[in-house]
Amino acid sequence: MAALLILVLVAIAAIIGPSLLPAADANVSQQSFLPPSGLHPFGTDLNGRDLLYRVLLGAQISLLVGMAGAAVSFAIGTTYGMIAGYLGGSVDSMMMRLVDILYAIPRLIFLLILISAVDPMLRASLAAAGLPGLVGYSKIFILVACLGFTEWLTMARIIRGQVLSLKSQEFVLAARSIGQSHSNIIRLHLLPNLIGVAVVYLTLTVPSVILDESFLSFLGVGIQAPLASWGLLLSDAAQVINPIKGYWWLLVFPAIAMGSTLLALNFLGDGLRDAFDPRQRK
Amino acid sequence: MIRFIAKRMLGLVVVLFCVVTITFFLIRLMPGGPFDSERKLPEHIERALLARYKLDGPILGQYFGYLGDLLHGDLRLSTKYRDRSVNEILADALPVSATLGAIAFVLAVIGGILIGSLAASFQHSWIDRSAMLAALGAISLPSFVIGPLLILIFAIDLQLLPVGGWGTLNSLILPAITLAAPYAAYIARLTRASMLEALTQDFVRTARAKGLSESQVIYKHALKVAILPVVSFLGPLAANLLTGSIVVENIFSIPGAGGFLVNSVLNRDGFLLSGIVIVYCVLLVLFNLAVDVVYGWLDRRIILYG
Repeated sequence: MAALLILVLVAIAAIIGPSLLPAADANVSQQSFLPPSGLHPFGTDLNGRDLLYRVLLGAQISLLVGMAGAAVSFAIGTTYGMIAGYLGGSVDSMMMRLVDILYAIPRLIFLLILISAVDPMLRASLAAAGLPGLVGYSKIFILVACLGFTEWLTMARIIRGQVLSLKSQEFVLAARSIGQSHSNIIRLHLLPNLIGVAVVYLTLTVPSVILDESFLSFLGVGIQAPLASWGLLLSDAAQVINPIKGYWWLLVFPAIAMGSTLLALNFLGDGLRDAFDPRQRK
Repeated sequence: MIRFIAKRMLGLVVVLFCVVTITFFLIRLMPGGPFDSERKLPEHIERALLARYKLDGPILGQYFGYLGDLLHGDLRLSTKYRDRSVNEILADALPVSATLGAIAFVLAVIGGILIGSLAASFQHSWIDRSAMLAALGAISLPSFVIGPLLILIFAIDLQLLPVGGWGTLNSLILPAITLAAPYAAYIARLTRASMLEALTQDFVRTARAKGLSESQVIYKHALKVAILPVVSFLGPLAANLLTGSIVVENIFSIPGAGGFLVNSVLNRDGFLLSGIVIVYCVLLVLFNLAVDVVYGWLDRRIILYG
């Protein structure tokens, strides 16, 4: 329950935060590396930007990427898993063979290459299609698509397992015997029973996507300035660590923000999984 | 058994083929080429350069030429690191990454199992709750947060350990801990859950009734059963360690294969990239195979290849 509260707080802060702060804060302050003070509650960073603003903006973008990426992976994975599980037989084993092969490819590496290759193409096509305003956000689209594309494997496996176990139950047999069509069975019987598992793993996929995005931003391939994301903020902070003067606020505030959000999400997902798991007894 | 291994090897070949093809064409899709940072060369020199790295000719010809070279075990030359073939670079860099990965692996597995078993045996006590909270924390923070935090505390404030680099035994400690931490946490949670389930089984009751001490019951008997989910996680663990090492090597400036990987993408160094990705995939598949064989041997009820 506390997790839910934290999440709601973070979400609200993320959505309305950057618009609440006066626009002046978004502009560069005169001095860089200011420690936390009245004017800049979180301090300023290398270029003098207010860190509180950047953390909130980062919250917006990280959460957006996380949820959208998880949604994409959910869409692909659920469809794939349902088809494989429902059709069964050799189609199923071939589809799962493909999943196994894709599993063997190291994800981060594949993401690196994919994003580096697709980003320029997307920018060019956006500019050519007459949407220059969106070019700056192309990275977000790419990240959402690519992260979702690499996360769907787990979801597909789980959904397929669930469909297989549901398929063998009697109510499905009963539905077939009265002549219900396949698509109706899927829609009316399987889907409602799948929602529980799907929501649990959706909640657990979001922190995984946010973590992956932060790794990519750290390596320089993800979100870039002037946009912010928690991964980018943390990587900026990590790069200015030196023995002479430690800028602790650059590392601590984004870390607290990101850590508590992910912690809350994991907590929530765990709680949901425990609640839905029929094997757990008090 | 032989058929099982043979099927896996076939799968490995398919994976390698897909991966090589994908990286080959994706690198060429990216804007820019491997020789962009040089000044403009006269035409005949440029042609000779391209010919040396076999980057001339129609693209399909290049592709099949590359496949042919791979079958001979020749990973070609790196376009960025002149006069070094990819084989040489990997021969230098891989042992470093392998050492780091192996130490992190051992740390993660042993640490995770110990903490998980402790938490399970003292369920609901403060040991359990604090261990699981710490585990959730380690999973929620990325390694490039834990790493610099550890550096701040141990290397800068306390001055106990080196900030980075490679060579001494001390420089192994922080990177290995950073790399292992989230996976140790995951294994701890996994062990705790499966240990809790194992402790409800009848053979534990029998062991206790026979008068065995609690630690004997847990570590000699229940652990063997509880460990199975952890064993099946070892395959994905190796994969995660491989990818996680990229970031950790960056943080601690360790001369391993991860740095070359990122740089090869940035420098459009196609052969080095392919070489590293191939090695990673081979290692992964072989490791997964070994894990599956061990799993089948540990639990006779599982029939892998009946």
